[in-house]
Amino acid sequence: METIVSATNPQANIAEIPRSARGWQFVRRFAHHPGALVGVFVLLVLIVAAILAPYIAPFDPTETDVGARLSAPDAMHWLGADLHGRDIYSRIVWGGRYSLAVGIATVLLALVIGSSIGIFLGYVGGRVDAIGSRLIDVLLGFPSVVMAILVVVVLGVGLVNVVIAVAIAQVPRFARVVRSAVLVTKEQLYVDAARAIGASGWRIMARHLLPNVVPTLIVLGTLNLGEAILSTATLSFLGLGAQPPTPEWGAMLNDGRDYMRYAPWMMFFPGLALFLAVMSVNLIGDRLSQLLDPRARQR
Amino acid sequence: MHYAIRRILGIIPVLFFTWTIVFGVIQLIPGDPVNLMLAGVPASAEVRENERRRLGLDRPIIERYVTFLGRALRGDLGESYRSRQPVSKMISEQASSTLQLAAGGLAVGLTVGLLLGMLAGLMPNTWVDTLCMLVALAGVSLPSFWIGMMLIYVFGMTLAWVPIVGSGFSALILPSITVGLFVAGGFARLVRSSIIDAMGQDYIRTARAKGLSRFSIAFKHALRNALIPPVTLLGIQIAVLIGGAVVTENVFARPGLGTMLVEAVLNKDLPLVQALVVYTTAAYVIINLVVDLLYGLIDPRVQAGRS
Repeated sequence: METIVSATNPQANIAEIPRSARGWQFVRRFAHHPGALVGVFVLLVLIVAAILAPYIAPFDPTETDVGARLSAPDAMHWLGADLHGRDIYSRIVWGGRYSLAVGIATVLLALVIGSSIGIFLGYVGGRVDAIGSRLIDVLLGFPSVVMAILVVVVLGVGLVNVVIAVAIAQVPRFARVVRSAVLVTKEQLYVDAARAIGASGWRIMARHLLPNVVPTLIVLGTLNLGEAILSTATLSFLGLGAQPPTPEWGAMLNDGRDYMRYAPWMMFFPGLALFLAVMSVNLIGDRLSQLLDPRARQR
Repeated sequence: MHYAIRRILGIIPVLFFTWTIVFGVIQLIPGDPVNLMLAGVPASAEVRENERRRLGLDRPIIERYVTFLGRALRGDLGESYRSRQPVSKMISEQASSTLQLAAGGLAVGLTVGLLLGMLAGLMPNTWVDTLCMLVALAGVSLPSFWIGMMLIYVFGMTLAWVPIVGSGFSALILPSITVGLFVAGGFARLVRSSIIDAMGQDYIRTARAKGLSRFSIAFKHALRNALIPPVTLLGIQIAVLIGGAVVTENVFARPGLGTMLVEAVLNKDLPLVQALVVYTTAAYVIINLVVDLLYGLIDPRVQAGRS
């Protein structure tokens, strides 16, 4: 937390504040917004539930039970059962392991690739940068769903391929933002100083430019996480991602659509879990960008 | 004028890059196109060879690439592996359904987004602002396939107010809301910050000093200027609309380009996938160009600043 505050605003006199107080202050400012607190709480509940799935889920998520087919929520099946009599509550709890992990993996992949490209282009500059940024602009022009679908065509259907597809669609965003951040940062005196004492290009990029774009990356990563969870679930819903009987939330919604009239709980609860996850991530992302993005802070 | 010409010429490299990427990606798809075309029907080596020649697959890749670019420009991208119809004909038949959905979604999205953004922007940092922005955030957080199903369940099945299937105007209402909610969320946030910016300008202080009513200041002075920036970002919303159409058409089982794209992907109907991506990106680039040029007409500062 400490690095975040100092890195966003290097000019501020935060060096005088003890490091622990700075981190604490950041947490307090973050918590000042009730929406963000609710977001953290809901997201924590979902994550902890996914981690503790084997202990808190009353049933095996793929265990079928003909007697319980399409049964409405009751004392036994708290959120009802699906077409094969599988317990929906257990599937949602286990599904968090897929839906949340897939979203996080997607953003991390996009973040690592995108920011490497961005740092490289921004630092190298010149013709390489000119061509590279032009290409990024073109890629940004692809509607991301279309782009992700195109990648799935090449790689084939499946959850891992969906992660790669959505990550590729997000890479240009990270690359562009990081590149412009690096363009500003590399004019700083300490970069000149590093060069003067003979630091290599790679060292400057990794040790001096990267830490300075970390706050930007945190904000951008959180803001893209909601969309990543949503997009990967969407592809699973369209039948291009998780395959049955995987208890992934998007795939569960796809299962539920044909039985909407008879068993609306099959689509209601997985969708609610998905909505809560995305909404809480977006609430956190909003608050972080207010605190860490200097432009947003002025508003 | 120079600005317009430069912008129009500027889309040529963009389309060139885009189509090159599409061509390259399609080449990466594993599997022999002839197998996909024959769809498992047993065929002699001779038939396969003829088919290969007819599709132009025996040509070197550079030649195929040049042919592809030429045909993309002419709007002729071959025939579907599945239906054996020209893909451009298939696309033009389905386009109107998707355009209707996009128009409906845009109408709902702009109306709701404008309303939320204005309320929030004119009363910043009040509970009204907080509430409006929460609703806007919910708009971008709602999985559109979920909200689509919920709308079908509540208004189509339980209350039976609107038909779930069909092609008339009433069948367009729920899909438009589904697409529109997502557009509204993003648009509301843009409108809000633009209004807050405008309310801080000198001419607003002047208007206030003249003793004008709050209403007159907000609607006659602030709004007019505040709406220009969000409108220019409409071009970006097109990408949202396209993505929304793919999902929404699927949920409502509506015919259209989105349904067609998902089916083409699942069937590995490569010419159709290729054509759909080529034309969607072209439409996206051209719409953005038109929005940009219109912006230049509305606001002369843009022309001066960019050229």
